[in-house]
Amino acid sequence: MPKRQSTRWPYRWIPLAVIVSSLLSGCGQHYTILHPAGPVGQTELNLLVLASIAMAIVIIPVWILLAVVLVRFRDNPRHKGTYIPKWQRSKFFEVMLFVVPLIIVAVIAVPTVQKTYALDTLPRQKDPLIIHVTSLDWKWMFQYPVQHIATVNYIKIPAGVPVLFKLTADSPMNTFWVPQLGGMEYTMPGEVLPLWLEANKPGVYMGRSGQFSGRGFVHMVFKVDAVPRTAFNQWVHQVKTTAPSMSVAKYHALAHFGYAGAESFSSYPAGTFPTTSHGFTLTGSSPMVMP
Amino acid sequence: MSQILARLFPPQTRRPDEVVIEIGIVLSMLFLVYMLTRLKKWGWLWREWLTSVDHKKIGIMYLVSALLMLFRGGVDALMIRSQLALPNNHLLPVGQYDELFTTHGTIMIFFMAMPFLFALFNVAIPLMIGARDVAFPRLNAISFWLFAAGAILFNISFVVGGSPNAGWTAYPPLTELRFNPGVGENYYLVSLLIAGIGTTITGINFMTTILRMRAPGMTLMRMPMFVWTVLVTGALIVFAFPPLTIALLLTLLDRLFGSSFFTLGHGGMPMQFVNLFWLFGHPEVYIVVLPAFGIFSEVVPVFSDKKLFGYPAMVGSVLAITLLSYVVWVHHFFTMGAGPSVNAFFGVSTMLIAIPTGVKIFNWVLTMWGGRIRFTVAMLWQLAFIPAFLVAGATGVLLATVPVDYQMHNSYFLIAHFHLALIGGTVFGVLSGMYYWWPKMFGFMLNERQGKWAFWIFVSGFFVTFVPQYMLGFEGMTRRMYTYPAGLGWGPLNMVSTIGAFVQGLGFLVLVYNVLWSMRYGERDLTGDPWNGRTLEWSLPSPAPSYNFAVIPAVTHRDEWWEMKQSGKARAYKVKSSAIRPIHMPKRSAMPFFLGVSFFVVGFGMVFSWWVITIIGALGVIASLLFSAFDYNDSEEIDPEDVRRSEASLGRLEI
Amino acid sequence: MSQAVRHLELPEQQLPLEFADYHESIKVTGFWIFLTTDLVLFACLFATFAVMRYDFANGPTPIHLFHMGPLILETALLLTSSFTCSLAIYQSRAQNKTGVLSWLILTILLGIGFVGTEVHEFISYVGLGATWHKSGFLSAFFTLVGTHGSHVTFGIFWALTLVVQLVKRGITPRTSRKLYTFALYWHFLDIVWVFIFSFVYLVSMTGGKMA
Repeated sequence: MPKRQSTRWPYRWIPLAVIVSSLLSGCGQHYTILHPAGPVGQTELNLLVLASIAMAIVIIPVWILLAVVLVRFRDNPRHKGTYIPKWQRSKFFEVMLFVVPLIIVAVIAVPTVQKTYALDTLPRQKDPLIIHVTSLDWKWMFQYPVQHIATVNYIKIPAGVPVLFKLTADSPMNTFWVPQLGGMEYTMPGEVLPLWLEANKPGVYMGRSGQFSGRGFVHMVFKVDAVPRTAFNQWVHQVKTTAPSMSVAKYHALAHFGYAGAESFSSYPAGTFPTTSHGFTLTGSSPMVMP
Repeated sequence: MSQILARLFPPQTRRPDEVVIEIGIVLSMLFLVYMLTRLKKWGWLWREWLTSVDHKKIGIMYLVSALLMLFRGGVDALMIRSQLALPNNHLLPVGQYDELFTTHGTIMIFFMAMPFLFALFNVAIPLMIGARDVAFPRLNAISFWLFAAGAILFNISFVVGGSPNAGWTAYPPLTELRFNPGVGENYYLVSLLIAGIGTTITGINFMTTILRMRAPGMTLMRMPMFVWTVLVTGALIVFAFPPLTIALLLTLLDRLFGSSFFTLGHGGMPMQFVNLFWLFGHPEVYIVVLPAFGIFSEVVPVFSDKKLFGYPAMVGSVLAITLLSYVVWVHHFFTMGAGPSVNAFFGVSTMLIAIPTGVKIFNWVLTMWGGRIRFTVAMLWQLAFIPAFLVAGATGVLLATVPVDYQMHNSYFLIAHFHLALIGGTVFGVLSGMYYWWPKMFGFMLNERQGKWAFWIFVSGFFVTFVPQYMLGFEGMTRRMYTYPAGLGWGPLNMVSTIGAFVQGLGFLVLVYNVLWSMRYGERDLTGDPWNGRTLEWSLPSPAPSYNFAVIPAVTHRDEWWEMKQSGKARAYKVKSSAIRPIHMPKRSAMPFFLGVSFFVVGFGMVFSWWVITIIGALGVIASLLFSAFDYNDSEEIDPEDVRRSEASLGRLEI
Repeated sequence: MSQAVRHLELPEQQLPLEFADYHESIKVTGFWIFLTTDLVLFACLFATFAVMRYDFANGPTPIHLFHMGPLILETALLLTSSFTCSLAIYQSRAQNKTGVLSWLILTILLGIGFVGTEVHEFISYVGLGATWHKSGFLSAFFTLVGTHGSHVTFGIFWALTLVVQLVKRGITPRTSRKLYTFALYWHFLDIVWVFIFSFVYLVSMTGGKMA
């Protein structure tokens, strides 16, 4: 028996070493989700930290308890535990086993519900920029309905201003995800789903799709370039005056299977973004009924 | 002719690695046929296995299939990990990676985890409740052959016609003809539909068995925990598989007959598929995890030599998990815009599942408290399960925290979470059960020393593979990416993960060696009770005779067999000659096998839309059903003299 | 099997024949559970119809398609067949073989009438250009109602095999159990039809105002 014990422990250190080294490297900039650059991402990270701590409070004591049990009660004449083969009930434990997890779940559940509602409500004090997003095979098309310009595979947004993305697809499903700004939302044909994000500071943030959509899926990446307000206005003006316009034929060419680089268009044809949806509006009030 | 060949063997079936595997398959089939002919085993194979309706033999057939599928799914996994080991890697041709993650997921869930569990259901349940077979022995064989038909159909896809490539979740419209014109998705849909019928029948069968065929005196609250979990698993299957059937059927109608359910345009609504799929998919998680919980609830008391702690709380938490599992499916798509009220509801309902699950884990630990823990292989798998499942459960709660899920959805964090849950829960559970019930199935023990090697290698590989994947999730890596650029810093962790995967592969090989070695040299189990067991199956010889119990026992306690041994009345389980009556047993039948073959033919015809083949298969199905309807000669009586002779030869007859 | 002992303690005359034999009574339990799976199956199809009922995609709408005539005929045929099916069970309890057979055959004929009317109804829709390719609504409609129709068709063939078995073997525990499970199935389809009638046809014909 003791011999077996000695073979057991060395293996235990391998995963532990991996965990520790990975946690230490967790401070690196590669961990995009741990370095949010906007209020939405920050809220999500805060909840992640809170829930992780609450979970650690549960699992670490159980690990320790398990280790203690295995040492004390292993089948060995020298072990310390008393053998109580018929012990099978304990009111105290049975109540505690329900109450303690219930409290921990409540600690996570209450802020979860609050933040779920909060993230589904646009901040009221600022006027949002609206961008219509359409996922195509295998590229992203962005339309600025107010500015009436369009881009492919990149967007510029003003920093410090909430951006309301309206998401749809003229292709299989994808998800629209900019990890540093905040969480994702699906793009689906026949539905228009809302998502708002905001960049705190100027910078370039990478976006990608999180839902497999065919063999070109890994190329569904786009750049989000957050710039100061004035630079944004200049860029819009520049696109309006210098970029080509998007014809219907060009839209169909884009919607066809294939890849594309970053492109800009000074206008886009009407009717390329759906007007009705099964989906829900951002405040979660009520579904738009078809037709 | 050349057109037919082009459909049967499109370019993706002619990749060099696949040609090598195909030649290997053909050669091994020829070898198998040669050996069966040389050893004159065809008749034996037909009488003892292919036409058997004995639950113990069906269980063994499920077990063998599951281990084969574990090998296939594992090879897929190793190819996936090899491709991802380095950034910008192009080891696999474009497109093959997509096929691999699809077949890996589908095979592991439907053709490995489920049959592995069904193997243990079949082997253990009738013996544990004191029954001579399941409620519907012939339907049980039909379940197996439908599973086999589905599994073979799915597995030939990479040889003939091309594999599916839209993920095991197969979200439309990616699976619609416009985006996926090959036959691969047809294979996925048809094979899962066929296997799904078998699974539904299994659920009905075991529910009925447990509700109606328990030995006298075995009240619900005297049932072993594994029986409880199988009962609720049956209920989960009954409610979860119809949504899957509908989701797959509607996609198939879209693809083969031009309806417009999930199409892009024509008023199609792909979102409805996602709802139906997860209405199945979430209960499915508990279909594969709850029986594993049941196995642990058998293994822990036996190897702690102590009663299960908090049996009523265990039953209550199993029921609570079952009920909750129906109201959490939306947590698979918080990011599909259902609105904050729906998301909040499903987030909280998901977190609530953590409570009964936590109760169960605590109860196992408290069962060990005050016991005498023997570190057998079966027990070691259980002990590895607890830490793994704690991490899986805790990260599950993180994912249920809706705003966190907005970030972690479809990332490698999710991949790590469900692999920890499904390998740490289901695979560890079925392996624990396999080592535990192996002597009961085959009459010999698996070598413990080799089993421990397999265990330690596999488990260390397991943590090395999946813990880095949590980190990759934080780095923003999403699932199903076939390659990634170098600049993102994902390389090192992916490399570690790949190394871990190969270590797991090595662990599996050691396990196979353990089985093969033990078949030849393993210690024979002559007592029928090698572990000092607690439940009725250990009161029987190993392996049990075809009729299981010569005399049906009368049950007076939970842990009946252990109580008997404690009170020194274990001899009462020796059979009194005078108590033996004629035994009513089902007759073996070729119908289930024939029905499975017919369904295979139907399915193959549907995959290629070759309707003549489908009609031929359908005629076979109709013939089987008609035969069954008019066959009144499906059971026989075993003469008491034969039973006496057989019991005497086992040394169990008391005159 | 010795479990049968449990039933022997009960006065056997009080149990209907189909429950009297232990093995046969287990099959009734199993069939109830099977009906549950079928119920869930239909529930999923109803749910699919409910969410897709406005996805006309510029195709025909229910107000243009559905008419009361065939609908009332179908309902009358199926509800009557359910009644005649019960009479067959009643006759089997009375050990009246001729009675069972006549009511069962009448049930089959009514079922054939139902399926025939439905096929005719579907063909007329297709004639109006309302194929299921046209829209999500039509796909959901044809699949839900068609699945019910094919269940009825299967039931007709099942009942035909029962007729042969009853003629050959008379009313035994086994045949009466088979008849009883068939009757459960048939009544179940009747109930499903009531829901199709109300939630698919009536609600759609009123333009969804009743929903």
